[in-house]
Amino acid sequence: MVEFAGYDMPLQYQGIMAEHLACRTGAALFDVSHMGQAEIAEIEAFSRLVPGDIAGLKPGRQRYTLLLNEAGGVLDDLMVANLGQHVQVVLNASRKEADVAHMRSHGVAVTTRFDRALLALQGPKAVEILPEAATLKFMDAAPVQIGGIDCIVTRSGYTGEDGFEIGCAGFDGEALAELLLARGATPAGLGARDSLRLEAGLCLYGNDIDETTNPVAAGLGFALSKKRLAEGHFLGAAAVQKALAEGAAAVQKALAEGAAENLVGIKLEGRAPARAGAEIRLPGGEAVGRVTSGVFSPTLNAPIALGYVRGDCAKPGTTLELIVRDKPLSGQVTPLPFVPHNYVR
Amino acid sequence: MSQIFYSKDHEWVAVGADGLATIGITDHAQAALGDIVFVELPEPGRNVAKGEPCAVVESVKAASDVYAPLSGTVAEVNQAIVDEPAKVNAEAEADGWFFKLRLEDPGSLTELMDRAGYDEFLGTLA
Repeated sequence: MVEFAGYDMPLQYQGIMAEHLACRTGAALFDVSHMGQAEIAEIEAFSRLVPGDIAGLKPGRQRYTLLLNEAGGVLDDLMVANLGQHVQVVLNASRKEADVAHMRSHGVAVTTRFDRALLALQGPKAVEILPEAATLKFMDAAPVQIGGIDCIVTRSGYTGEDGFEIGCAGFDGEALAELLLARGATPAGLGARDSLRLEAGLCLYGNDIDETTNPVAAGLGFALSKKRLAEGHFLGAAAVQKALAEGAAAVQKALAEGAAENLVGIKLEGRAPARAGAEIRLPGGEAVGRVTSGVFSPTLNAPIALGYVRGDCAKPGTTLELIVRDKPLSGQVTPLPFVPHNYVR
Repeated sequence: MSQIFYSKDHEWVAVGADGLATIGITDHAQAALGDIVFVELPEPGRNVAKGEPCAVVESVKAASDVYAPLSGTVAEVNQAIVDEPAKVNAEAEADGWFFKLRLEDPGSLTELMDRAGYDEFLGTLA
């Protein structure tokens, strides 16, 4: 057990390696109830706060988006699902209280549902375990009854695999987990969740992105809607329009000029991983960046890392040195994801 | 092997007939670390002081130091765990040993715990 965002979380059950491979080849079940679920009835008001086209999100569909601050820094990254009557957002545990305060301060009424449970069933066999949700495609969202339990299911996740995220009332969470385990899912902890998301090239808030990160530098340009950028502001209400217009301007500037730093994937030679904080240098000298996440990839049987490097060092194939225990480890900039995504579209 | 001693940093020490102290991490330590994917060992000939970090184990998730449980000179290292780090998980208190020390003071062994003492120490950690 480890402490994570104020929660006691299992780092591993049988072992990170076995749980990781279970997710890549079978189906793994993660308890991610620490994440914050909330509902927002005023879709229009919420959509003005984010750079993604949430107003254009159809009922039954989900999208990844960002909450940005005035400087264009990332306050949080989140999933938004249009459930018809309202949108459901899933917020990072460490950010959920601040996110809700931020949204409310900008006039968006938010109903927190932090007492709800959230389970992630991930892997190529997830759909065999959850046939009730087989009709959903990648990034669909729908209410689904599972073993008599009312759930909100999205076909998405944080592993790069096919799979589902399943929300239900907190008091139903344990029964739902038992049901999915009885159907053959492998319990998996935070350790495998981290190694899986890193192989999939997915950012972890607090490591790879934070309030000082421009989404363009973080490779999150896909979350910025052209329409929303053209509108030039992420909020309609006059009081906040100015502040977030500045945020949009910062993003547009970075798009036009290229970010000073870019988040890249790095595959290391040898077996020693480089962890968050390790300095990145050009071979033999100049410091050009830092590692923000690092892990030993069970799929590739090699260490991998995410890190920010100077824009001119971000090209795939660039050889870099990562400094671990005062020694340089050689690695190459590698296109993300490290392991191909396996979504069912 | 003669009697085995244990440190509070979860290393075991066994002195062989040749007078060298074989050092590894305990089964408790390997279980807590999880799947070990990389091991870095000290250079033979290096003098290490008790409590000094002298080896590194990396699991999938994190790096951990291995400390010298006693002072001495590194006489030999176990290349087999460098080549196959999973051996530390499988055989922590046998073939998964890390290095051998020529102890500065063989009498210093008494500063360590015996098995019963270590088990009692483990009991206080839960």
